Amino acid sequence: MQDAVLKYDGSFKGFLTCIFDAYEQKLNIVEIVPAGEDQGQLFSDTHQIISDELKALRVLKGLKAKVSSTGMTRIKWAFLSEAPGIEMKLYEMIRYIFSNKQKVDTDYSHSAVLYISNIAKQVGREKHRMEAFVRFRLTKDDIYFAIIEPDFNVLPIIIKHFKSRYADQKWLIYDIKRRIGAYYDLTKTEYVSMELPEDIGISGGNLEYFDPGEIYFQKLWKEYFDSTNIKSRVNMRLHVQHVPKRYWKYLSEKSPFA
Amino acid sequence: MDFDRIKEKLNILADAAKYDVSCSSSGSKRKNSNKGLGDSSGMGICHSYTQDGRCVSLLKILLTNHCIFDCAYCVTRKSNDIKRAAFKVQEVVDLTISFYRRNYIEGLFLSSGIFKSPDHTMERLIQVAKKLRKEENFNGYIHLKSIPGASDELMREAGLYADRLSVNIEIPTKSGLKLLAPDKKHEDFMKPMKKVKDEIIQYKQESKLIKSTPKYAPAGQSTQMIVGATGESDRDIMYSSAFFYKNYNMKRVYYSGYVPISTDPRLPAIGTQVPMLRENRLYQTDWLMRFYGFDIRELLNDSFQHLDMEVDPKLSWALRNRHLFPLDINMADKQLLLRVPGIGLKSTNKIVQARKYRKLNWQHLQKIGIAINRAKYFITCDSREKELKDLTSEQLKQVIIKTSQSKFRKELSPQLSLF
Repeated sequence: MQDAVLKYDGSFKGFLTCIFDAYEQKLNIVEIVPAGEDQGQLFSDTHQIISDELKALRVLKGLKAKVSSTGMTRIKWAFLSEAPGIEMKLYEMIRYIFSNKQKVDTDYSHSAVLYISNIAKQVGREKHRMEAFVRFRLTKDDIYFAIIEPDFNVLPIIIKHFKSRYADQKWLIYDIKRRIGAYYDLTKTEYVSMELPEDIGISGGNLEYFDPGEIYFQKLWKEYFDSTNIKSRVNMRLHVQHVPKRYWKYLSEKSPFA
Repeated sequence: MDFDRIKEKLNILADAAKYDVSCSSSGSKRKNSNKGLGDSSGMGICHSYTQDGRCVSLLKILLTNHCIFDCAYCVTRKSNDIKRAAFKVQEVVDLTISFYRRNYIEGLFLSSGIFKSPDHTMERLIQVAKKLRKEENFNGYIHLKSIPGASDELMREAGLYADRLSVNIEIPTKSGLKLLAPDKKHEDFMKPMKKVKDEIIQYKQESKLIKSTPKYAPAGQSTQMIVGATGESDRDIMYSSAFFYKNYNMKRVYYSGYVPISTDPRLPAIGTQVPMLRENRLYQTDWLMRFYGFDIRELLNDSFQHLDMEVDPKLSWALRNRHLFPLDINMADKQLLLRVPGIGLKSTNKIVQARKYRKLNWQHLQKIGIAINRAKYFITCDSREKELKDLTSEQLKQVIIKTSQSKFRKELSPQLSLF
């Protein structure tokens, strides 16, 4: 059997279609490559996979019958990690799942299962951090606006949290790394893509864009943050462990402007 | 809003509230079902961390730091010469809402110095909570302090708006309380606590029968004890703590290493180090008691009154009970696995799951993430390699200390050099 490389559009639907085709055509897959990335294997057949809703749903249905709901979440979250080679690891796990009669998604002694569980944990941590560190700023047109730049593609899985929390205010969370945002207009959320002005910043209250009161609330928050510190207990190691430096940019209380 | 005035008040009243350790925002079940603002049905979220590594989850402030009491351990005591300030009810409401909408906080933690009378103070705290719930449609987290000596009716009302109520017992022993807070009576602390506990039980029973029963303090009660202010033993502290967990259904007991703030001769002098290592060991003991199935009498008793500072309380216990080990990882009950040093709650669950599929060896255990360097002396697994040397407990302890990294090494070494 010839080795096969699958190329797909990078979506979860596309990935599931890859799995379907792999089983249907009995392919010996050596690599699954998302759009925009080069394949590593040279001497193998390259298949261009076209995302297919029906195929994807069939794989999903098959999986649901063989894994717990946590297992299913882990597969989705691990996929969002965008880690290089994650598709093959997932494929390895999915093959192990389909080849067994019992549910095996908790078999942590299997290397792919443990790997997926660990990477899903990392994605979960990033999701939680975004839910914690997102800072909204009130714009002139009454939208609470926040910029994120997460390590993993967590925007799709944080929407629910913000929607149930901020049901009575318009908000927009924009991922500048992936150039896509989620906008809530008081009834529904939708994905938006836009050009942001360069000087909008992650914190600060440029009056061209933001409500005049905005900057004062950031200052009050910083004031609060500074007063709540206990100097005789300072422990910067622990501090940085909780808020790694790459997240400081989100936190207006840690910025020097005020 | 007059930002400058608010800023000054915030500065004073946040500074005075920071010695309250609790910042938990979890455990409530308040959903955003009315298309209002906020939801506290999920897990707690820390939105920031102070430089001392504590979580910032709630806007933690005092309504006022005017106080008629003179408790020696407290910054807001009457005799202390500090700036005093007071928020208006509406100011606290506005600040909470503006911070919440920006995703700075999970909610409000409101405490207060006692002005005029306990009831008068409690009434104001309730007003803030009521306004937030009724006028602002706020479903975020509200933690109110139960003011010692407040009446039963007020405590009943408080629980209808708050997610959590807490009274800080502060001093773990009655004699200590008499020494440091002569105006306060032990009973004043216990009365509101008991009222809240009884109401929680009653509301729970009713909601079983009638679904629409309003929520009463769904995140329960907590309390806090100061550690290292009155020469109490670890046993004293943890026995009081066990008492509160058992008899008052406490959700949490917090331990706060005393931060010297006063020149009062009854207290440790200013500049004395905050007992952070001891505090950490107490929390570890608390966890063993709540999640690992230990009875407090196993960990601390008349012949063992102080926790070992060099090693964690579980390892310390295991070293005193070598006859129970080694355990076979592939056979032992979950309850027993939890007692192995170096194996935590999550690893225990993973081991129990994974061993259904195959016998586990050292490589599996390493990958699952247990602390092999401690655990290996207490377990056997599917491998010929055994790490059970015939060491005495004291020798074993030294081996483990030498081969492991403690974040407290710096704090430990000066103490050790005394001997």
